[in-house]
Amino acid sequence: MALSSYFLVTTDHDIPDIRRAGFLYLLIAHVGAVALLLCFGLLQGVGQGLAIGDYTFNTMRLAEITPFWASIVYLLALFGFGAKAGLVPMHVWLPEAHPAAPSPVSALMSGVMLKTAIYGLLRVTFDLLNVQISWWGTLALALGLLTALYGVIFAAVQSDMKRLLAWSSIENIGVILAAFGLTLIFYTDGKGALAALTLTALLYHAINHAFFKGLLFVGTGAVLHATGERRMGKLGGLLRFMPWTGWLTLVGALAIAGLPPLNGFASEWLLLQAFLLTPGLTQPYLNMVIPVAAASVALAAALAAYVMVKFYGVVFLGQPRDPDLVHARRTTWAERLGMIWLAAGCVLLGLFPVQVIDWLSPVVRLLTNQTLVNDGNWLMLAPVSAERASYAPLIFLAVVAAIVLLVFFGVKRVYHGRVRRVDPWDCGYPEQDARMQDSAEGFGQPIRQIFEVFMRVERETPDPFDRKPQYRGDSRDKLWLLLYVPIARLAGWLSDQVGRLQHGRIQWYLIYSFATLIFLLVFVTR
Amino acid sequence: MSLTYHLQVVNLLAALLLLISFAMLSQRRIVGLVTLFAWQGAALAVSTALVGWSTGQHHLYYSAALTLALKVIAMPWFFYRLVKKLDVGRDVEPMINIPTTMLIGIVLVIFAFNLALPISQMSGTVTRSTLGIAMATVLLAFLMMITRSKAIPQVIGFLAMENGLFFAATSATYGMPLVVEMGVALDVLVGVFVLGIFFFQIRETFDSLDLKHMEKLKER
Amino acid sequence: MSTGIVLQIAQTLLAILLAPLLMGWVNQCRAWLQGRSAPPLTQPYRMLRKLFHKDAVLAHDASRLFRFAPYIIFACMVLAAGIVPTIVNDLPFSPAADVIALVGIYALARVFLALAAMDIGTSFGTLGARREMLVSFLAEPALLMVFFTASLISQSTELPVIVQTLAHKEFAIYPSMAFAAVAFWMISVAENARIPVDNPTTHLELTMIHEAMILEYSARHLALIEWAVALKLFTYSALGIALFVPWGIAPRGDLGALPLALLALLVKMIVGGAALSLLEAISAKVRLFRAPEFLGTAFLLGVLGMLIHFLLEV
Repeated sequence: MALSSYFLVTTDHDIPDIRRAGFLYLLIAHVGAVALLLCFGLLQGVGQGLAIGDYTFNTMRLAEITPFWASIVYLLALFGFGAKAGLVPMHVWLPEAHPAAPSPVSALMSGVMLKTAIYGLLRVTFDLLNVQISWWGTLALALGLLTALYGVIFAAVQSDMKRLLAWSSIENIGVILAAFGLTLIFYTDGKGALAALTLTALLYHAINHAFFKGLLFVGTGAVLHATGERRMGKLGGLLRFMPWTGWLTLVGALAIAGLPPLNGFASEWLLLQAFLLTPGLTQPYLNMVIPVAAASVALAAALAAYVMVKFYGVVFLGQPRDPDLVHARRTTWAERLGMIWLAAGCVLLGLFPVQVIDWLSPVVRLLTNQTLVNDGNWLMLAPVSAERASYAPLIFLAVVAAIVLLVFFGVKRVYHGRVRRVDPWDCGYPEQDARMQDSAEGFGQPIRQIFEVFMRVERETPDPFDRKPQYRGDSRDKLWLLLYVPIARLAGWLSDQVGRLQHGRIQWYLIYSFATLIFLLVFVTR
Repeated sequence: MSLTYHLQVVNLLAALLLLISFAMLSQRRIVGLVTLFAWQGAALAVSTALVGWSTGQHHLYYSAALTLALKVIAMPWFFYRLVKKLDVGRDVEPMINIPTTMLIGIVLVIFAFNLALPISQMSGTVTRSTLGIAMATVLLAFLMMITRSKAIPQVIGFLAMENGLFFAATSATYGMPLVVEMGVALDVLVGVFVLGIFFFQIRETFDSLDLKHMEKLKER
Repeated sequence: MSTGIVLQIAQTLLAILLAPLLMGWVNQCRAWLQGRSAPPLTQPYRMLRKLFHKDAVLAHDASRLFRFAPYIIFACMVLAAGIVPTIVNDLPFSPAADVIALVGIYALARVFLALAAMDIGTSFGTLGARREMLVSFLAEPALLMVFFTASLISQSTELPVIVQTLAHKEFAIYPSMAFAAVAFWMISVAENARIPVDNPTTHLELTMIHEAMILEYSARHLALIEWAVALKLFTYSALGIALFVPWGIAPRGDLGALPLALLALLVKMIVGGAALSLLEAISAKVRLFRAPEFLGTAFLLGVLGMLIHFLLEV
């Protein structure tokens, strides 16, 4: 999987940046793969009563494994699948690889490939391992929340559309992983029904993410195709020139911002309900920490709305920042169809949560031996009991639509509907041009100021005497500097040391072989 | 809920105590800090009196009266005068920014609550559930002392810590013996006066009440 | 069921009609406190009437999103007014959306307003949208935390059940609600664009948030937005009443309690509006970059409320 997607990422391999991104992706995916191999190896090796070399899942499932080794297996799985899913701090490849790949590939990677890692994690933890320990869940919850917040904060300060969406994928993976952690916590605490609820929320969110992120990536692909531009600072006003793409992308943006009655809200609603049910837990410490976790999820969701207003507002609304955008190419029907079915998915998944949960229930039953029982009817979702919480998106939509129509026609009937078209008012400022709108950097500036500790900001500020003032502010990931650069240096140093072994004299090489032979012989005879 | 109403009020006052502690953490002005300190003392006095009334521990009335006299009237008045005389009523930025301080505060509260759980289960008093709040108040006051660089907020932090300890004593064992309390009160009073004199000396020496200047005093 | 639907519609209509009155009352109190002569109570109605009669003036580049947004915003606020119990508890529509969905409704309205503000591409519009999103990304989770505290107490996220627990069951003091109340006050001030976070009467670029977003609107569109703003203030006040002073809201099926409930609502709204204007009059507007701090405090207070609940009320 890593190899095939490596080739997909490097479709445009003649650009050096893209080759670099592809290599980074391949590297981290392989480190993850090594961890996974070790994980399966351990699962097979330390299990009692297994035939050597029997690597089928069925035999692994039967393995009697001690809690210590189970924990090691779990940690390896978390690391390995985490690297593939983009878990902080193994996330660095994601914002590089997604923008480098062609848009449909980004949509696939974000929507499906990241989810296979989650699938693997679920499979190993709930299916292959026989024991589950509660601190695993706490760890996953903490890492997930960290990933979610980290991802969304960085999404808010990006100025490249696809990079922004890639960071937003990191956020969503974080939310999904937090749900996974909560599922584990409930499961190990013997709260099967609550684990089923949380797992349903997890799976639901995974599907939703595939739909809205796919839609957004295809939408940006259409923009990229039409304008040849990925930088948000050069776009703007595209709703007027590309109405199909504009309106369909709006659906995706609203869905990912977690707004009712679309699908992003439905899964977040379920997850928050799960958090609210934690007072039943037996461990007091967790009882108190989990509300704080719920607060983080809420914060991430609210920041996602910020990110999406920025994304949509800067790219599709306002004035075109580049005069050439007026000639943006129209989308083809194939592109439109690609977006339409994804947008329809976003709407339908949001409007019929009860049916979606029914579809998910076999999986949930398989993993947690319980299913989520809906206390409402086909219209109304009520996960625990109707007294406790309920949500009916279809009624919601119907009422909003009814009020909108009522008000619209009411106002039209009672009052005249005259409209005059004029220049924008803007407090009477006479000189207006497209450069005076917020750029992508400008819109993200408050977030950058608040969360500057996590970033390394590179600024280029204009001189007062510049004729054509340019401002550039680039926020980079501090973890890259703090974690990856030292590792790279260490690797470089180590390979330098190894490099000393090589000096071209054949006798020395023979000595190496000889020493190895002797060593192995000693090892064998013992 | 099985508690009687006055115990519920005690719980409410305990929550207010914690709320005021957080307000103190986020307060930039020294005058505001003094006012909050006075309110904290008032909440403490009322809750002590209420606990005394509901459990029949009449010596708590004296503690309440002492708290009222010292911490609500005498010391705030003294501090107001001090602030006026020293002219330090402006905004003071704390050393760590306020949201971060509050986040640390939340972590401390969670820690204190969990620390208090086993202790309060051992204690036999009806007010034992407020022990966690008392401990949190102590820790938060400590945090305030750490994050402030000026002298007066530090002293107020110290006094708020004493408030927390006092509250802890009330909730865990219905208060310390009266003699001890009188002694502590006297100590605090004398301490505040001595520190008040100190302030004038510090300012005369460094021309400021910023304790960063004390770093100059170290050898080498 | 049919009486329920009648009551539901009546209550929603009452909210729509009373909302400008509350706005007028707050403005009047504020004028008094500032020593000005106050506009009449009915001033907001007159303004709405005037705006509906005017010709709409639209910028050349305004898209359909811009023209359609006021209707969606208004509909969202009407929906919110339909969910929050003001006079009668447990109406037929309330199961469709609980408190989390209520936060979602406010978010939906806010996102549409911000997008509409960015639509024409003026400098003030984008500035307003950015600031509004800045305020909301902290206010929204803080509001959720307040609701979570209430729903941990009542074991439900349904507003009717919360109100029933707080008002119609055995009386109990919930210390966690003290934290929630302070947080809620801070959030409602920020969300309704009032001092100290925003000033509803200013058009100064250094300070304005909400006004900057609606600069380009006129006539019927502006009227709908102003009405929606009034409704938002009304629903927030109703929420505050439902969460912190719910006594007087008629329980389900008790039609005899209706007159008393109406009276109670009026008294609470009058007192609440006066208190809001008093708090506005005595506080100074904070600098924009203190606003995240202000709201961050509200957020943390909400979280603390939940922690207190676990310590004292379980």
